[in-house]
Amino acid sequence: METVVFVFSLLDCCALIFLSVYFIITLSDLECDYINARSCCSKLNKWVIPEVVGHTIITVLMLISLHWFIFLLNLPVATWNIYRLIMVPSGNMGVFDPTEIHNRGQLKSHMKEAMIKLGFHLLCFFMYLYSPGLDLPVAEAREPLSKTPYTTDPHFEDGGTLVTCERDSEMAK
Amino acid sequence: MSAPAGSPHPAASARIPPKLGGAAASGAAAPAGPGPGPHQQNGPAQNQMQVPSGYGLYPQNYVAPSGHYSQGPGKMTSLPLDSQSGDYYPGPYTVPTQNVVTPNTASQQPGAQQMYGRVPPAPHVVGSALGSFQGATSSASHLQTSASQPYSSFVNHYNSPAMYSVNSSVASQGLPSTCGHYALSAVSNASYPSVPYPSLPAGDPYRQQMLTSQSALTVRPIRESSLSGQNTAVSHPSPLPPPPSQQYQQQQSLSGYSTFSWSAPGLPSTQDNLIRNHTSQVAANNNPTNTVADSLSRSVMQNVQPPKSSPVVSTVLSGASSTRPPPAAPRPAEPAASAAQPPELSQQKGVDSSSTTSSASPMPNSYDALEGGSYPDMLSSSASSPAPEPAPEPDPAPAPVPTVPQPSKLAKPFGYGYPALQPGYQNATTPLNSGVPPSSPGYSGFQQYAQQYPGMNQLSSSLGGLSLQSSSQPESLRPVNLTQERNILPMTPVWAPVPNLNLDLRKLNCSPDSFRCTLTNIPQTQALLNKAKLPLGLLLHPFRDLTQLPVITSNTIVRCRSCRTYINPFVSFIDQRRWKCNLCYRINDVPEEFMYNPITRSYGEPHKRPEVQNSTVEFIASSDYMLRPPQPAVYLFVLDVSHNAVEAGYLTVLCQSLLENLDKLPGDSRTRIGFMTFDSTIHFYNLQEGLSQPQMLIVSDIDDVFLPTPDSLLVNLHESKELIKDLLNALPNMFTNTRETHSALGPALQAAFKLMSPTGGRVSVFQTQLPSLGAGLLQSREDPNQRSSTKVVQHLGPATDFYKKLALDCSGQQTAVDLFLLSSQYSDLASLACISRYSAGCIYYYPSFHYMHNPSQAEKLQKDLKRYLTRKIGFEAVMRIRCTKGLSMHTFHGNFFVRSTDLLSLANINPDAGFAVQLSIEESLTDTSLVCFQTALLYTSSKGERRIRVHTLCLPVVSSLADVYAGVDVQAAICLLANMAVDRSISSSLSDARDALVNAVVDSLSAYGSTVSNLQHSALIAPSSLKLFPLYVLALLKQKAFRTGTSTRLDDRVYAMCQIKCQPLVHLMKMIHPNLYRIDRLTDEGAIHVNDRVVPQPPLQKLSAEKLTREGAFLMDCGSAFYIWIGKSCDNNFIEDVLGYPNFASIPQKMTHLPELDTLSSERARSFITWLRDNRPLSPVLHVVKDESPAKTEFFQHLIEDRTEAAFSYYEFLLHVQQQICK
Repeated sequence: METVVFVFSLLDCCALIFLSVYFIITLSDLECDYINARSCCSKLNKWVIPEVVGHTIITVLMLISLHWFIFLLNLPVATWNIYRLIMVPSGNMGVFDPTEIHNRGQLKSHMKEAMIKLGFHLLCFFMYLYSPGLDLPVAEAREPLSKTPYTTDPHFEDGGTLVTCERDSEMAK
Repeated sequence: MSAPAGSPHPAASARIPPKLGGAAASGAAAPAGPGPGPHQQNGPAQNQMQVPSGYGLYPQNYVAPSGHYSQGPGKMTSLPLDSQSGDYYPGPYTVPTQNVVTPNTASQQPGAQQMYGRVPPAPHVVGSALGSFQGATSSASHLQTSASQPYSSFVNHYNSPAMYSVNSSVASQGLPSTCGHYALSAVSNASYPSVPYPSLPAGDPYRQQMLTSQSALTVRPIRESSLSGQNTAVSHPSPLPPPPSQQYQQQQSLSGYSTFSWSAPGLPSTQDNLIRNHTSQVAANNNPTNTVADSLSRSVMQNVQPPKSSPVVSTVLSGASSTRPPPAAPRPAEPAASAAQPPELSQQKGVDSSSTTSSASPMPNSYDALEGGSYPDMLSSSASSPAPEPAPEPDPAPAPVPTVPQPSKLAKPFGYGYPALQPGYQNATTPLNSGVPPSSPGYSGFQQYAQQYPGMNQLSSSLGGLSLQSSSQPESLRPVNLTQERNILPMTPVWAPVPNLNLDLRKLNCSPDSFRCTLTNIPQTQALLNKAKLPLGLLLHPFRDLTQLPVITSNTIVRCRSCRTYINPFVSFIDQRRWKCNLCYRINDVPEEFMYNPITRSYGEPHKRPEVQNSTVEFIASSDYMLRPPQPAVYLFVLDVSHNAVEAGYLTVLCQSLLENLDKLPGDSRTRIGFMTFDSTIHFYNLQEGLSQPQMLIVSDIDDVFLPTPDSLLVNLHESKELIKDLLNALPNMFTNTRETHSALGPALQAAFKLMSPTGGRVSVFQTQLPSLGAGLLQSREDPNQRSSTKVVQHLGPATDFYKKLALDCSGQQTAVDLFLLSSQYSDLASLACISRYSAGCIYYYPSFHYMHNPSQAEKLQKDLKRYLTRKIGFEAVMRIRCTKGLSMHTFHGNFFVRSTDLLSLANINPDAGFAVQLSIEESLTDTSLVCFQTALLYTSSKGERRIRVHTLCLPVVSSLADVYAGVDVQAAICLLANMAVDRSISSSLSDARDALVNAVVDSLSAYGSTVSNLQHSALIAPSSLKLFPLYVLALLKQKAFRTGTSTRLDDRVYAMCQIKCQPLVHLMKMIHPNLYRIDRLTDEGAIHVNDRVVPQPPLQKLSAEKLTREGAFLMDCGSAFYIWIGKSCDNNFIEDVLGYPNFASIPQKMTHLPELDTLSSERARSFITWLRDNRPLSPVLHVVKDESPAKTEFFQHLIEDRTEAAFSYYEFLLHVQQQICK
């Protein structure tokens, strides 16, 4: 059960990371004048709700599975997402409004927001990845590795594996 | 452009080489070499081509006298000309023989030429203090080149009155041939000379002329057409129609000289005739040119337009059209249409064309010539004041002026006396007055002469200008104790402050009417700006009706290669071949074509090109600037015909106006027009040519609107004119018995969008109620009980995004939607306005419109429609605003869609649209002393030409807080603040916006207070430049848009906000702070003369009831309405003489007109009101308010300095601000 929750969260988090990157890329395209505000906003608005849903699911999942810390970590961001969606004025075309995105530095604040979210999702990603809930699959992957002492193997180049080994050694202590 | 090939020049130059060699160090090769860039390619045709061109003319001219005349016959018959010239020449120049020597000797001095070339102002000065170096140089230079004795005698003309005509004639000729702009700049030259006109014998007629031009100006709503009309009209009575021989002569290459000699008698009025002749002849001349020169076809065509009447022209056109399909297509039809009209008419029509071509061309010339030392944009101001005086003087007391003159502008006319050179070149060109070492006897002689005459004047005037400037500095910083000063409002209108630049830059700078910055001294860093607590931004009126505009046709539009800035007067030339962009500092090459200056006809003086001499220019764009062939003018009218609409009866007014103005709709032969009506269904009208009567097609499926017949709904205006007229006559009565109360506006708009998408154009929507059916239906959101609430005002934003989305779709298809809302009930303007706001349309609102019960609204609608239908229009426009590196724009205000960071997409642009931009300082500006802003408006004229109008503004950078305060443009700041407050009240809340406004005053005054620490803190101190700031903010707080506590209907409030957003500064200021005059004792003291009328100039009164006396009558000018308040015990003489009633009691309650009575006071009052009216695009309605009538609350609510139950009086407001500061 635990594992399923975390695997799902991990995947969801991956999607959110991609989404954040997509937001950043599209916004910077707009900043550089590669696309016009209309198409930029319609592209982005399409993904606002999926983002909110995705993030809300994680938050709720964490609450259900009683991971309080992760839940509390996600809560503010999820709240902000929903608040932002609700607070769109009735006349606007969505969170990103082409007629206003160039005004009052909105573009910049959207950009900043997307950056912050990217950072947050990355953090979450690693948290899910190394959380106790995912202990099992990682441990399985670790089994064969532990047979060969990492210290003597000169071919360890891959960062991820290396990190795993370090953890392994720590745990061994 | 091809290499400097043939052209008449070579011949001339070949013969005069010695002089040339001796002449112009820099320009030596010029006249001979490149010649008029564009024209040369064609072998044999060259001469002819040249003939029409003003520039081309010169060489030939001087060739003629100097004995090279033999050339003449080759081109055109020269004989008559010869004799003509013989006749004409002697007269003018025998007079000023003394001068002959001067130029001559000068030209013989090899080295001196340079100097001399620059000096041109000097000759002007002599004659008249004309400062047009361009015209001057040109004349001067060709003088020198010709140098032969007989010829040199011409020089005299420059000193003599005749000179003006020379310039003007040159100008007029120049434009037809090469391109409008040349002409224009030439024009501007012409204008300088005329400053001194009055002193000349010609004075009197001249003045008259001027007046007419003035009037033309004031008639501006009718635009150029009126101008031209005026001119032509004037010319009629004046001397005599030019004898055919003259025309002939002009047609010959003689041009410049002949004309001037002819007009030399000095009657300026003749110039009109001249010009007219010019145009027509030129057109004729153009014929060969056209057929020959493909590349020229465009410019030629353009020039040809005005004189459509000549049959020859039409052939030309057709020829041209063959070479250049898209734009030319419509033209051939035009000549035919106009052929029947008398020449003047046809010309007028040409001019009327919304395209400025014509305006830039002949007509403006005449203007300029008439106007006197006018600054391109502001001739109006200069026109009235300096002209009558013998010489331009630094008279600090400006004669009142019709438009918006700036006192500082007075400096301009004489400023022009100096050679205006690029900063980079200045060193080379010390102004005459500063004492160039007399390198040659000739020169010194000249100088002497200059000094002795206007030179003196000029000097003194320039000094005057300087002193004025220096004294103004401290003035704007003079601390004013606001609570002590009783009369804070000056008696005369408030002018825009003049940037503290040197004279050369200042006179080149963009007119504040088009381009204003809230801080005329830009702070060096954002930190400094933050310290000053003042908003930084620009206010633009880019498509303003201009009476004079240089129009430039050239193959390459010179722009910076990295930031794409258009070359402008504030770039610096590193050397002859390179220029440095003033926005991004990149160094660019000067293209070959740019090296040739068509005005001075010299080579190697890129800094004298019109682009570099005028901060407002218009380019004819090449096909590089088109994404598709220029669209035709397309107009679609979408009319509400539900019961409510029929009841209000607007259809009668609209159809009547349309019928009257159908022929005046801007456009060409491709113009298309269509009509749709809607109630709960949508009705289309098939107007296809050939039908016996209009066919109505009804689409009742409003959920999925389709076009019944796609082709025949928008029809050619000219082909189907009869059908259209039939329809317009029938429409008002077609729906009289309708019982349909629903309104399907949304579906109708969708249908309109579908109809317009293929071409783009303008949709005019008339709506009288809340849309209640189909997409975009709205609910009433207004709670009448909340109207006077002091707390929250809700629903200022749109209720649905339907209209915004549709507007963006429209904008994408180059369609603008103009909304006319005529309703008596709440119609949710906040939502409906989106359709116009984002498609760059405009919004008109007529609350409680009824053609019977509310005649003043009906009259207003009628007048507004007249302006609306006939004003200039630009299609598929985009506007880009650029500013010097380090500054950045972050928020835009106005009606448009921001497509990318600095690109505004404007489906339509109209002359009444204003914009505002907020700026921030991203990087410190320490390494520069000047910043520049440039707006470039690319649009398709109604004649199907792609044009770019460029305005450039240059401002100094300052590093001290005091300097920042010294340069505050309080009116601009207020308008920008108002725009920001509108945004704030929509995005946040009205009370937030009000707080922000108050805080703007508190912050800026306390910030100022902390800089001047030595003053006592108990007093409320403001710098003189900011002394009106609290008053204006208070006015804003009491404005309909932002007031609370007074009952305000939501739609009224929203409409006021829309107006704040899209009105240009001049009109917005009247809306915010009306002008109050006492009119029962008008005198001629300080009156100005406009169009033969004496317009009294009563002093401004402050907006307080304390100024109202029962014995008086007062006029309040609120921009969109005039109120005349009649005191209870007002003098019966006044009531009788002006209002036409025996006493106060008999004045009716509703009175909207002043009767035309034959009394002095009536005449004065009416001429004053007419003059106020003429200055604005939308004709305000006049209300006569009796002291005891219920309507007086309307009047009294504009007295913003008084206390109301819900708001502070001015003094209380000051105390409140002071309290806040002390906190």
